[in-house]
Amino acid sequence: MTAGSSWWRRFGFGLLGVVLLACVWELYKFRGPAEGVVIGGVTVLPRTTDLAMPHIWVMFQRLFEPVTSAAGSPPMWLAVLQASAFTLGVAGVGWLVAVVVGILLALLMQRFRTAEQAVLPWIILSQTVPLIAIAPLVRRWGSALEIGEFSWENWMSVALIASYLAFFPISVGALRGLESPDTNHVELMHSYAAGWWKILLRLRLPASVPYLLPALRLAAASAVIGTVVAEVSIGLRGGLGRMVVEFAAAAGGDPGKPWAPIFGAVLVGLLAAGLVSLIGLTLRRFRRAEVPA
Amino acid sequence: MTRKDSLPVTDAHAVKVTGVSRIFSIKKKPPVTALESVDLTVAPGEFVSLIGPSGCGKSTLLRLIADLDQPTAGTIEVFGKTARKARIDQDYGIAFQQAGLLPWRTVRANIELPLELHKVGTAERRSRSTELLELVGLGDFGDSYPDQLSGGMQQRVAIARALAESPNLLLMDEPFGALDEMTRERMQNELIRICAETRAAVVFVTHSIPEAVFLSDRVVVMSPRPGRIRSVLPIRLGGPDDRSEHIREDAAFFDGVSAVRESLHGTPDTGNARGVDTR
Repeated sequence: MTAGSSWWRRFGFGLLGVVLLACVWELYKFRGPAEGVVIGGVTVLPRTTDLAMPHIWVMFQRLFEPVTSAAGSPPMWLAVLQASAFTLGVAGVGWLVAVVVGILLALLMQRFRTAEQAVLPWIILSQTVPLIAIAPLVRRWGSALEIGEFSWENWMSVALIASYLAFFPISVGALRGLESPDTNHVELMHSYAAGWWKILLRLRLPASVPYLLPALRLAAASAVIGTVVAEVSIGLRGGLGRMVVEFAAAAGGDPGKPWAPIFGAVLVGLLAAGLVSLIGLTLRRFRRAEVPA
Repeated sequence: MTRKDSLPVTDAHAVKVTGVSRIFSIKKKPPVTALESVDLTVAPGEFVSLIGPSGCGKSTLLRLIADLDQPTAGTIEVFGKTARKARIDQDYGIAFQQAGLLPWRTVRANIELPLELHKVGTAERRSRSTELLELVGLGDFGDSYPDQLSGGMQQRVAIARALAESPNLLLMDEPFGALDEMTRERMQNELIRICAETRAAVVFVTHSIPEAVFLSDRVVVMSPRPGRIRSVLPIRLGGPDDRSEHIREDAAFFDGVSAVRESLHGTPDTGNARGVDTR
């Protein structure tokens, strides 16, 4: 019961936050100056015209109108949902690759001290390379790849870039988790004459769960962001990234339109985080904290 | 209960420590001699306590016997084998000051952990853990998780786990050190009973004089820097059947306490105990 009610509490507070945000938006639009707040020639707060800041109901209304005025155009919400599903799928593949690569790297680093010293700086350094810079490279390398029936497709490049962004929190989190057991526990396992593999299965992996779950959630968010950005820089059609760019061009005459794919991105982010939380529920047992004797 | 019948007939020692030294060398610092030429034997079924102030190497000696650390010089035999072989053969069970239970396992699964690691069948594991839960008086708590137990109960689970493979030797490093006085005395009584039932030899590290005297057949008094054995005192408080609560009030008990105290301080007790916990 308490767990259920606390869930509703958190859900309620989350909803309250969204409502507050909407109120601030509308309040500023109502009271703020039309030309925005300009201090010393720099616009500090945006203009409040309908073009720059459409009403929230305009954004939602737009969801139920067709995408374009062309005949047979699907309603906006359907197009956004389809694009969201596509992006979520690609991000999911990227996330899975990131989980495998991230955990393997963490295992390698845990097993060999020298590997940790040699690999960890590169892992950290890898995250300072901007995505925009590696996207064209990945695409070019990918297009050169053709093995028998298999040919590299653009969505794979996008998934790869997403995983590039997402493996980082996983490998760092998993490494911390794998190294989290006390000497006490490790020595106990040694006294049982357990080898590295058995210690890994019975002690290190279970102990790493509390560290791994937040890392997985962070990685899910990173994978979604990576996918959207990579869709734009690679020019992959069908996902939210491309939709954001296309619809932004229409903002001049149709201010509600660019917001539709943004809602889609929020939806994808929530879904991704929700799915990871489900994983957390199945691993509840491993999140019990030990009360010291 | 199936006892291990691997006791070699030729060697009557559970533990035989000969001329053991352990020197810790830390970079850019003078080496620290934790133990210097220590000799000690423990007979099968004998209860031996190691006592002394911090830094006397009593825990180090226990870790050497457990093969969690290797001596710089000297040899250690456990049931006539090298310490390493004895560890691999699971000839001893071990319990530390921290219960060290795995929080994601139930009490029963924690006790079964060593059996599971050594591929004992499910049914056999189950019956053994039931037996041990009864032995340590936690029959109703098999399905609880460690965080639902008190410190004393957790420590009892740790002892049950140490006994899981019916070892002939039990190594205990201040297992009751973190418990309150009342729980501690109750646990001591239970340990006496458990030892009588299992007939295992025990090497017991403690810094409590009454605890050492109450539990032991022999008390090994150690002195620090470098860690050495100062004296070995036989204690005669009678068998496990006589050693009940009333013995704590007995004259023989107080004699034992005084003897250990005098040996610890190197002089007859003058009342100003330095560096020694007199619990």
